[in-house]
Amino acid sequence: MNIDSQATDDSSAPALSIPSALLTRLRAEVAGDGWWSVLGLVRRYAVLVMLAALFVVLSVASSAFLTTENLQNIVNEQSYLAIVAAAGTLVIISGGFDLSTGAIAQVGNVVAAWVAVHYSSTLGLAAAPVLGLALGCLNGLVITRLRIHSFLATLASSLVYAGLALLITNGFLIPVKDPAFTVLGQGRVGGVYIAVLVLIAFVLVAMVLLNRTVLGRHIFAVGGNQQAAELSGVRVDAVKVAAFGFSGLAAGLAAAILVSRVASGEPQTGGDITLQAIASVILGGTSIYGGVGAVWRSVAGVFLLALIANGFDLLNANPFYKDLVTGLVIVSAVALSAAGGRRRR
Amino acid sequence: MPQSSSSPVPGGGGRITLPQPRGGTRAPAVELEGISKRFGSTQALADVSLTIEAGEIHALVGENGAGKSTLGKIIGGIYVPDEGRLTVAGVATGGWDTKRAVSAGVATIQQELSLVPDLTVAENVFLGVERSRFGLLRGDLRRRFEVLQSQSGFKLDPDAKVRDLRIADQQKVEVLRALARDARVIVMDEPTSSLTADETAKLHDLIHALQADGRTVIYVTHFLDAALEHGDRVTVLRDGRLIRTSPTAEETSDSLVEAMLGRSLEITFPARPPEPPAAEPVLSLRDVRSGDAVRGVSLDVRPGEIVGLAGLVGSGRSEVARVIFGAEPLDGGEILVGDRPYQNATPRRSSRRKLVLIPEDRRQQGLVLTQRVSDNITLPHLRKFNRAGFLMHGRERSLARRMIERFDIHPRRVDGPVATLSGGNQQKVLFAKWMVDEPAVVLLDEPTRGVDVGAKQHIYEIIVELARGGAAILLISSELEEVMALSHRVYLIRDGRIVGQVDPRAVPVDDVLFSLFEVQAPVLPASAN
Repeated sequence: MNIDSQATDDSSAPALSIPSALLTRLRAEVAGDGWWSVLGLVRRYAVLVMLAALFVVLSVASSAFLTTENLQNIVNEQSYLAIVAAAGTLVIISGGFDLSTGAIAQVGNVVAAWVAVHYSSTLGLAAAPVLGLALGCLNGLVITRLRIHSFLATLASSLVYAGLALLITNGFLIPVKDPAFTVLGQGRVGGVYIAVLVLIAFVLVAMVLLNRTVLGRHIFAVGGNQQAAELSGVRVDAVKVAAFGFSGLAAGLAAAILVSRVASGEPQTGGDITLQAIASVILGGTSIYGGVGAVWRSVAGVFLLALIANGFDLLNANPFYKDLVTGLVIVSAVALSAAGGRRRR
Repeated sequence: MPQSSSSPVPGGGGRITLPQPRGGTRAPAVELEGISKRFGSTQALADVSLTIEAGEIHALVGENGAGKSTLGKIIGGIYVPDEGRLTVAGVATGGWDTKRAVSAGVATIQQELSLVPDLTVAENVFLGVERSRFGLLRGDLRRRFEVLQSQSGFKLDPDAKVRDLRIADQQKVEVLRALARDARVIVMDEPTSSLTADETAKLHDLIHALQADGRTVIYVTHFLDAALEHGDRVTVLRDGRLIRTSPTAEETSDSLVEAMLGRSLEITFPARPPEPPAAEPVLSLRDVRSGDAVRGVSLDVRPGEIVGLAGLVGSGRSEVARVIFGAEPLDGGEILVGDRPYQNATPRRSSRRKLVLIPEDRRQQGLVLTQRVSDNITLPHLRKFNRAGFLMHGRERSLARRMIERFDIHPRRVDGPVATLSGGNQQKVLFAKWMVDEPAVVLLDEPTRGVDVGAKQHIYEIIVELARGGAAILLISSELEEVMALSHRVYLIRDGRIVGQVDPRAVPVDDVLFSLFEVQAPVLPASAN
């Protein structure tokens, strides 16, 4: 794989000032390497361009779209998924795949409900992320100690985790009656959903972790060239465990939001997160080969998919086309990325 | 079926032994017109025009990075030229790629072999030209293989997995593969670099047999004597430009060297640093063993000393460096750094002890090509910039900038993607990365592989400078001249064992070469151990 045109990726972009960083980079790169960097830019910002275009189209086409309430609903609706996608970006940049996020959310949400019923609501909501962190680290340990590819390891662990969710509930629901339990999923502070605030905080943490810390740099290095990282004294195994642990933490947090929303632990809840989150990360142009990627683009990927769904609802389009269109959008975005990343040798 | 089972012809369509009709005027095998190719900021080829006649053995020579491999790859369809025209057998090639090249009868045997490791020898040879009946494979692979083998004179087990073969045998598989496709033009990129003397002779016989059969061979090599002896004509490339093409009868190895370097050979190597004062070794190996590759190596390196480790590919020379650095397990013996035993080595511990390794393969082992120059330089040193978990970018960049200045890395961009740098500058990034802490022991494995002449010169100067500064240097290289010119002492390694030690000022390079190839070595002292 040739990675020339993606090499100056966001590994050091200031986490908070995206627009100015973007402008500087646009200028620097078009001046620097010409045509190939233009394709590189397309690759990098394709998701943003598509998101903006869809945003404009929907604003014009539907009066119901561009309202604070609708927009906030979309963000709130997607908060749990965006959290998982943000953390999943780190795993994919490190060269791994986490297929167990959905299953961690499944077991996390029933454990949260169980703890809430037997102990306290706060403890229940806290239990899910803690459990997620532990299960994610367990994934990492299986991958690094037993030398199993992350794809297989997390595929297997997802069966185990989802199985645990069924065992804990015996297949039934665990309703939580305490109203305090729903604060995370339904509550608002100053008109803003708490889940949205949690999302913003989590994405900032993920961006800072990836771009501003030693661990983040090591994640890029391990995904970019594991052998070189190892020979540079990077503790590759520890980096992988950390990345999977972070992903598990995110899945647990997502589980807490989900279970708090419906006030009931259900063994199926969250199972569909896995593929949606990975699709969003890929949609954001993060390389599945590792070494290249950015958190904010994965979040943009989540909302691109969400806007497509929202558009179908608002425009009363035939919902049978929804999956079809979503699939086509993913393919075209990834094809654009490939065009930007590929280079005729 | 038209093919009778007693047919002696093995190749695709059974054309392999049929003599090519030789009309009086054959179109040239390959014509290149104004071919240019860039990689990032490196101009690999600039305006190269060359005609390769049908049926000739045409040698391409040049320094590392001169563009000879690139030219071979363009002919083979592996690279697409940025500019220029390529004509094969009189037919212009639009949209030339490996597939079209193969069907036009051009086969390339690359330096990096492209075989399927888990298939057998015979399966690899006939991959893509299998014969089937009603969609099922016919069980004639072995028979076709044996016919092919008897023609080439190569001895290989058709049922062996390619994974289990030595590189030299894998190369034979590649040659057989080209024959099975009835290639008319065969590009061989450094085919002898990992062969023994005996195997090299066989390969040269084969090249002549191919020619006698009417085929054209383009022979990319850095062995000038081989080019002169076996080529009909030779083309010299330097820095991507074609210097000249002439019949080999009109050239000597001196004239070729001069054309390749564009200046006299002497200035390539800087003066050896002065002999260091007698001091205790800072690195000592005592009967070190690791796997099958290292079977008892003892050596010493003193501060300020450049010690060469000369051996062929597969002799265990790289593994020695990797064991010291902690990248391979130490299965026996003892390593002393300073005067203390160094146990449970890991790359991390080594770099903290100021013991560093510049690995042989900078793209696979050295650099993270997805990252920027600065990221690569600072990767082992990030804890220096860690404050409460956060990286201090300013300090990191200023260190990177200092190192870029010090090692004269071009372009001078901290944020530049390392993948677009030329080979020589990438190698300098690797040096910069490991010289941040002024290391006490430097293990150099192929420090000038695949870099241009100018960068090579600069890297030699860096090495000498390091030794002057008191670093102990273990220098490993395929280029024996390099080891002999820079080192104070040279250990010879063969089959994982030290087989001798020479004073490079007293022993001619050729004698060392003979010794490494296990030919009679009359002048060499017995084992130094």
